[in-house]
This record gives sequence, structure tokens and C-alpha cells, in this order.
Amino acid sequence: MDIALKVWRQKNSQTPGKMVDYKLSDISPDMSFLEMFDVLNEDLSHKGEEPVAFDHDCREGICGSCSMYINGRPHGPQTGTTTCQLHMRSFNDGDTIVVEPWRARAFPVLKDLIVDRDAFDRIVQAGGYVSVNTGSAPDANEILIPREVADEAMDAAQCIGCGACVAACKNASAMLFVAAKVSHLAVLPQGQAEHQLRAERMVAQMDAEGFGACSFTGACSVECPKSISLDHIARLNREYLGAKLASNNA
Amino acid sequence: MLDVLEEKETGTKLESKVPEGPLAEKWAKHKFNLKLVNPANKRKYEVIVVGTGLAGASAAAALAELGYNVKAFCFQDSPRRAHSIAAQGGINAAKNYQNDGDSVFRLFYDTIKGGDYRAREGNVHRLAEVSVNIIDQCVAQGVPFAREYGGALANRSFGGSQVSRTFYARGQTGQQLLLGAYSALSRQVANGKVKLYPRTEMLDLVIEGGKARGIITRNLVTGKIESHSAHAVLLCTGGYGNVFYLSTNAMGSNVTAAWRAHKKGALMANPCFTQIHPTCIPVKGNYQSKLTLMSESLRNDGRVWVPKTKEIAEKVRKGEIKAKDIKEEDRDYFLERRYPSFGNLVPRDVASRNAKNVCDEGRGVAPTGLAVYLDFADAIKRDGRKVIEAKYGNLFEMYEKIVDDDPYETPMKIYPAVHYTMGGLWVDYNLMTNVPGLYALGEANFSDHGANRLGASALMQGLADGYFVIPYTLGDYLATIGPADKIAVTHPAFKEAEQNVQDTIARMLAIKGEKTAEEFHRQLGHIMWEYCGMARNAEGLTKAKKMIQELKKEFWSNLRVTGTDLELNPALEQASRVADFIELGELMVDDALNRNESCGGHFREEYSTEDGEAKRDDENYTYVAAWEYKGPGQPEKLHKEELKFETVKLTQRSYK
Amino acid sequence: MSWVTTTLSSTLGRKVVMSLTGLFLCSFLIVHLVGNLQLFKGDEGRAFNEYSYFMTHNPIIKTISYLLYSSIIVHALMALVLTRHNQASRPVKYAYAKPEANSPWTSRNMGILGTIILVFIIIHMRTFWYTMHFGPVVLNGETITAGSIPQVTYDGEPIKDLYAVTVFAFSYLWYVALYVVSMIALSFHLVHGFQSGFQTLGLRHKKYSPLIEFLGTYGFGIVIPALFAAMPVYIYLKAHHILF
Repeated sequence: MDIALKVWRQKNSQTPGKMVDYKLSDISPDMSFLEMFDVLNEDLSHKGEEPVAFDHDCREGICGSCSMYINGRPHGPQTGTTTCQLHMRSFNDGDTIVVEPWRARAFPVLKDLIVDRDAFDRIVQAGGYVSVNTGSAPDANEILIPREVADEAMDAAQCIGCGACVAACKNASAMLFVAAKVSHLAVLPQGQAEHQLRAERMVAQMDAEGFGACSFTGACSVECPKSISLDHIARLNREYLGAKLASNNA
Repeated sequence: MLDVLEEKETGTKLESKVPEGPLAEKWAKHKFNLKLVNPANKRKYEVIVVGTGLAGASAAAALAELGYNVKAFCFQDSPRRAHSIAAQGGINAAKNYQNDGDSVFRLFYDTIKGGDYRAREGNVHRLAEVSVNIIDQCVAQGVPFAREYGGALANRSFGGSQVSRTFYARGQTGQQLLLGAYSALSRQVANGKVKLYPRTEMLDLVIEGGKARGIITRNLVTGKIESHSAHAVLLCTGGYGNVFYLSTNAMGSNVTAAWRAHKKGALMANPCFTQIHPTCIPVKGNYQSKLTLMSESLRNDGRVWVPKTKEIAEKVRKGEIKAKDIKEEDRDYFLERRYPSFGNLVPRDVASRNAKNVCDEGRGVAPTGLAVYLDFADAIKRDGRKVIEAKYGNLFEMYEKIVDDDPYETPMKIYPAVHYTMGGLWVDYNLMTNVPGLYALGEANFSDHGANRLGASALMQGLADGYFVIPYTLGDYLATIGPADKIAVTHPAFKEAEQNVQDTIARMLAIKGEKTAEEFHRQLGHIMWEYCGMARNAEGLTKAKKMIQELKKEFWSNLRVTGTDLELNPALEQASRVADFIELGELMVDDALNRNESCGGHFREEYSTEDGEAKRDDENYTYVAAWEYKGPGQPEKLHKEELKFETVKLTQRSYK
Repeated sequence: MSWVTTTLSSTLGRKVVMSLTGLFLCSFLIVHLVGNLQLFKGDEGRAFNEYSYFMTHNPIIKTISYLLYSSIIVHALMALVLTRHNQASRPVKYAYAKPEANSPWTSRNMGILGTIILVFIIIHMRTFWYTMHFGPVVLNGETITAGSIPQVTYDGEPIKDLYAVTVFAFSYLWYVALYVVSMIALSFHLVHGFQSGFQTLGLRHKKYSPLIEFLGTYGFGIVIPALFAAMPVYIYLKAHHILF
């Protein structure tokens, strides 16, 4: 198939960028979207032009590296799918595809389609863990966790940290990302000791990073490659409000 | 620098430092004998951890918890993206929660046997011992392992074992374990004990006075070359499966850190031991960039088969008939037929080789002829679609996304693909390489899986090394050298190494040839897969060696790298990694040529039993082949570590 | 900072303020609607006038009304603060975005809908509340409410005849249209807003969330705005002897 591309090109975070047009022919529908970009990049390299820089690593939908805003949607038209798992069969011969980086104040562009997502790491550092030192754990089966609780925790825990939720949200809000971690640990008994502090600190860090507020549009959950539910955002709200009203923290 | 290796004419004897005494007491005894660093002194030490996968993140977190100052490096934008994240099936532990006869000794035995008797008894037993602590630790961190209705942990079975000892979190066990380790790491970053360096790649090891002193890195965003000094350097940089270009590894997975350490004196052990995983999605076109694994756990319920005859297979390949049109009596469930007691759950090397054999016989089912069926029809009939969906739903979904075919309706097509490398940097029982102060953990070392790794053991080893081995063994070294034994980054040794790194980069950029690193990589991959893949022979290997040497020559004269060094430049990163893969490829071929036997993942066609099974040569090859770099263009020197088996008896592996 | 200011300066805290004021305004709508339904009673406005009298003279209601006014102001101001913050969170916009693929239009346009409603509230209050309290409204040189508040006497008690003011105002087609359009905006605002208020408070559960969704969509999204819109339409048609 023949494809026309409009791709955001930007040399570095200091230089303004622009959309650049490319044309590709003989693209196989069985190619993944990133393989199509590989083809483009090989073409560009042979012409002596700089290839398009984009984040990618595992190419099996789990590492959360890939992050393209494709035809107006994070990770493209297929729901529950990362960019690397999107295939060209989702497009038609002759299509024009617009590809941009995630756009958010907290995710500055580093080059072309690569953005800096360190803000997510800092949010986790603010409290996305259970404080347990290595070696001090009791036998694993001493903590009995009903299957449906473990399942609910897993539903939240499977967040891949790609940032599609932020990219999709009209407010560039990171609520689904934060909620997934807070919720994962809040439903498990292991997370109870710190559940209030965790919610308060992670939300404070989220705000400090410059993410927007939640407008409950649901875009995040629809675009989330792991389809993480808005239930978790409700739980985060509950956790945060409960902590603010009842905890001893300042 | 290799003063630990007392040179003799015939090569040197490597000292594994496995303690004397009964197998089950070795580790406990060793832990007691290791020196300790007192709590107040720990803060005076700095440790560099390269890589933030299961081994790296767990080591960095555990060491920081003890009080050491840790610098953690990864080339990804976040530690959470290390490729451990992609492990699907599970993690083994000898908990015996199922009351089905499991024990530390059985896990030890299965692992030694699964590795075709080419691993160290002492290391493997220790691995089995600490496996139980890993599960406890991960659960305490909040890893949401699968549970029974009553709340107890659930298990499933994996290849190469007849007990259920695999703990799992849907098909995303690696992800959940890594996120657990990442959360522990993040906690230490918040505590100020770990400093993170994401998007930073190690490009050289600095050795001075015979000890590892630090590393040279490139900031992948600015391109700046930087020096970092420490009392010890831990390489937790994963495996080198990407030497085959197509593998289940992540695109960025590379050998560079390990290889540069090798070029500085660290020995590379058993590099030819690579694992070809039997259940991957087959190659489709020549644009393909990577292969996707379908978890081994699928073999619990899926039945592997091909048509009985070439003629029927031919019709399938032409699309004239479909799998479901083939009658039961025309199907060959070749694993069940050949290995009645283990059936579809034979170890990976055996399953892969058998799949290759039936395809070589012309009975493959994809248009390329390179695929066998993995069929769930019977399981769905037996347990219902719901049960199968609950177990494997996300894997089926992934398969459908990639292949555009519904595995609930038509059997999956699978084919073996490069997945894991058992070989790696040589380490002793303390996980220290032959270079004092340089350690290798997880897949980056060679130590625990012999010639073939059992499923669900990689996660176990990565976390065992990081959480429960290195915190003890590193202290012994640090206590020995003392806090003052460290050099500043202004030391000439660092400056010289920085200059070398810069020169190499400049050299690559200056070639301005015609071919991209991608093209060289693809070419290398073809050579490796063809001649040093699932089946090898002396003739092919000799040919491959020559081809790799030519490729290397061409690489350094015809490479094209766009862009400059002082910017974010993925083309340059790739070129630098491919350069190392090419050199490694040659060593792998040497190693495969040297090992005149078949064992585990290393199958030399000249050495097989009558019914096509691997034929070991215990008399001549019960050793670890550890290679020493001797300079550019020079043949590497072989050192041998004899493997002593005090507990298990070496027999031919049988899964029949 | 005290925990109160920390909470109120966080995005979540601010959303809670939006939620509480919004849900309070929703509860007011029910009371307001029930009262105004008296307009449909064919009693020449007596029930309606007695209701208005009660509402303007009962001390508890008067206190609550001030809470109501401040809720409107706080709701609007907080929305402004949040909107500015949200816009700043994405300084560079997408060249091509397709939000309709992942979210309902209403949820993305609460600000616009809210602004329409705010303008409506001002006009509405000028017409009725202001007239009731301070006298007639003059627009473009034309008196659009009754020239002065007439009085009616029920059982010997004279009270202000707000019914007459209402009938007068809704005899203008453009004024009726303004109300209808505003009630459509209200409908869209509440379809999203009502449920969103519960989400912000974390009140979401698979057992009762469907009820909230039902109430939000059909109760607050359709029935309430429709009944409100029916009033000016009914009065207009009646005044012009079109249907009634």
C-alpha cells in the first residue's frame, strides 16, 4: 500500500519543530506501524537525511516506550493497542497519516517524536511503593488475598507507564497513571500501612509536574493500551479525600 | 590484570570459589564466612549498577537499603522499561505449596538436568534455596500474583518439570516483578541512596591497579561522554540474543556494556549457549524487526502438531485446506509421540529442535514452511472457552493483533526464535568476574542455567542475584578493599578511557559509507541464525567465521551514521551496538566450534544420538569455556573451569 | 500551609469544590423545579405566587439562598482557575486531534456549557429575582418586565404578583427561545456534570453507579431541563392563545 506521512520533526527541545511530509510505497499491511517507520528511516538514511527519532523498545506492547500520536489519537485508531502492536492493516491504501509526539507541559519534546517522561518516575518516587526492605518479608501465603482482590489489583498494576492517558486527555492530566498505582496498592493488604501518605504525596507530585486536572472525559481509559478503568480514578479520589480529611499528615 | 588467572602453557584454571562441604550447606556456610561492612561504613562506599532490569533494579534497591550509595544506569528513558518487563509466563520457586513433591533439591535437580549438566552445582542449589525468599519479597512489595479463591497463591507448570511451582501474574509476570523491583528502586531514589541515570549508556569499563574503578557513559540525550567512579561495578545488562537480529529481545537489548568489559579483561563464558524458544510467532516478511514470544505456559494446554505427511502440509501451505480440515489420524502430535512422559512440556531446546526437524521434513504449515500448530481445540472442549480465556486471554489477544487470526478458532502457528542467552560474563560463586570489583548479575552472567534454561527460571535468577546474593557477596569485597580504595574521575585512567570512547564514535561518524547499521545487523543476524542457530556444524561455523570477519571489515569501511555525536542520535547508538555484536558473533562461532559435543541449546549435528537427541561428551567437555580478549584481530584465549559434580550423576537427559 | 489550603490548592481538592458546589446546585434545581411547576396549575398563578412569597420570606430558605449564590460564584470561579491550569498543561496543541473518538462532546465542553448557563443565570435573575426585589427591568429602552410589580390579594393578604411578571416576560418569543437554548445547555452540562460530581468524590461502585448514571442522564440530563424549558413555552403558547 501507499502511505503519505506527516511527521513532527524537531531537532531538540530548544529548537522549534514543524510537520514534514513523506511518501512511502509498497508498505505491507502485515507490517507493524513501527516497522513502517523503520522503512522510512532506512530510506531517509540512504538519502543522507536524519532518520525520525522515536521511542520504542520491546515492540510487544509491554515496555511502554512507544508513544506516537497517530491521526489524532494516542497509539492510533485501534483501542487497547500500543503503537508497536498497531499494524498497517488498520489503514487503507492511499491514507495520509499524521504523527505527532505526546503533547504536555510535563512531557517536553526531546527530539522529533521522543518526549521526556521522567515526570512519571518522579511521581512513583513520591510514594508508589510499599516500604519493605529486602529480607523482611513473611511467608508469601501468610497474606491471604482473595482472588477478586488480586484481580482488581492486577487490573490496575498492569499500567505500562506509556503516557497515552496524558496524551489523550484534553487537560494533559496524569490521573489515570497515578490512580493505577495508588489503586493497585490500595486494594492490597500490603499497601495499607502507607495508603494515605501514598495518595497525598503522589497527587502532590503530579500537580507539581504540571499535569492538568481530571475532567472525567474518559478519554484516558479509552486510549489506554491496557484499558485501565476509570474506577481506579474514583478510588484515587476517595483515597486522597479520605487521607486529607483523616490522616495525621500535614 | 588477569593476575587471578595463573598463566600456564595450556591455558589457566579458573577458580569458581564454590565453598567446600555438603551441597545444601554451602551457601549458609559461605554467608557466614563472608566479611561484613559495618553499617556506619556502608555509606562510605559507592556502587555502580548498569542496567535496571530484574537483576539491576533489585540489586540497586537491596544495596541502597543496606546503606551503600548507588548509581543506577539504563539506556531506556525509565528503569521500568528494561526488557525483564516482557517476560510472560512466570517465576519458579520451590515452595511446594501444591503438595506435589517439590523441594529445593528437586528445583536444583531439574535446573541442573534442564541445563544439560553444564552449570555449577553450588550456584544452582543456592538459586533453588533463595527462590522461596523471592516470592515472599515480591508479595510483600505488592506484586499481584495469581491467587486461588481462598486467597492462597496459585501455581502452574512449566516445561522441564513435573511439579507445579511457577508463580504468575496473568501473562505479565515479568512486568509485575520488574515493577516491584522498580518500586523498591524508586523508594531508594526518594531516600537519596540511589541516583538514577536514565537514557545513559555505558560505553567502557575503567580498570586501574587491576580493579574495576568505574565506567564511561554517553548521555543519550546530549551525547556527552561522562566518567563515573565507584568502589565496584555491577553489570546487570541482560543477554545478547540480538546478535541474531531477530529475537524476542527488545530492540535496544545489547551486549555493549558486557562486551566492552570483556575487551578490558573480563572473560566471556560459554557464549555459544543460546536458547531458542519453541513458541514464538513465525517470521512473516523481510521487513520484520523483532519476534514475539508466546509464553511457554501455553504448552500446558496447547497441543503441538503438524500434518503427518508432506503432501497434506503442502496443501496447508498453499492455503487449499485449513488446520481444522485435517483429520485426527492425519495429525502428528510429535512431542506427545516422542516424549510420552513430558509430552508438550519438554524443555525448550528439545521442543525447538523437534519443531525444526518436522519443518525440515517438509511438514511445516506456514507459507514459509517454518511453523507448527499449537492447538487449543481440545483444551477448549475440555475446560470451556472461559477457562482458557482466563488463563491466556491476553496472549491470545496479542497473537490476534499481530497475526490477524483468532486462536480460539484456528490453531496458533508457532516457530522457535532466539530468546535467551545462557552464556555471559564469567563469574565466580560471588558473582564477581575475573576482574576484581566487577560483577555480573542476571542474564549478563553465565552461571546458573548451563546449556539450556528452564522456563520461568530467568526471573528467578535475576531476582536471586539482585536481592539475595549480591548484598552478601559484595560486602566481602568492599570490606577487603576498604573505603579509601577508589580513584577520582580526574584520574588518567578515566581520561584515557573517555578519549578512547570518543575516538571510536568519531571513527564511526567519519566513515560516511553506504550501509546503515541496521543493514549490517540484519546481515549478521542471517549469518548467526543460519550457521550458529538451532543446529550447527563445523563446516558451517568455519564459513560463518569468515563471513563475520568480512562483515566486520565492511562495517568499518562502509558504515553510514547520520547526525552528529553531540545530540540524541539513535543511528549512532545502533551503530555502536552493532559493532560489538559483530565481534561477539565471531566469538560465539569460535566457542561453538570449540565445543565438539551437543548439549542443551548447543546442538552440533555431528554429535547426536541415533534418534536425533543431543549427545554430550562429558569426558572432554564438562567445563565452562571462558574466553579472554587478546586485542583487535587476535584469536581469543580459552580458559577452562572444570565443572565438578559431587551430588548429581551425569546421565543422558531423557524426557521420554 | 495548613492542610485545608494544601487540599484546596491541589487539582483534586479543587475538583472536590467543583463537585460539592455542583451537586448542591443540582439539589437546588429539584426544589426550584417543584416550586415552578405551580405555573402549570390552572389557578391564575396563585399557587406560584404563594410559593414565591414563601421562598422570599422564610429565614431558612433565605440563608440557603445565599449559600446558593456563593455556590454559583465559587463553582464558576473554580472552573475558571482549573480551566486555566488545564490549558497551561498543554502549551503546544496537537496539529490534528480526534477527541470525538475517545470522549463525549459534553465532557470536553463543560466550560462553554457552563458559561452559557452563567449568562443565562444572570439574565434570569435580573428578570425575576431583581424585579421581585428591586423593580422592573428595562432593556433597549423597552420595559421587558411588568412596569411595576403588581400586587394580588389572596385571602385578604396582598403579595407581589410574580406570576404576572413571568407571564409578561414569556410573552416575548426571543426570551422564550433564550430559555429553551439555555436549558439545552443545562441538559448537556448535567448529563456529564452530575455523574462527574460523584466520580470526583470517589462515589463509584458497580452496584450503585448505574443508578447515578441513570439519574444523571435521564433525570438531570433530560427531565429537569425539559420541564424547565416547558414553562416558558407553555406560557408563551398560552399567552398567544396558540394551543391552550
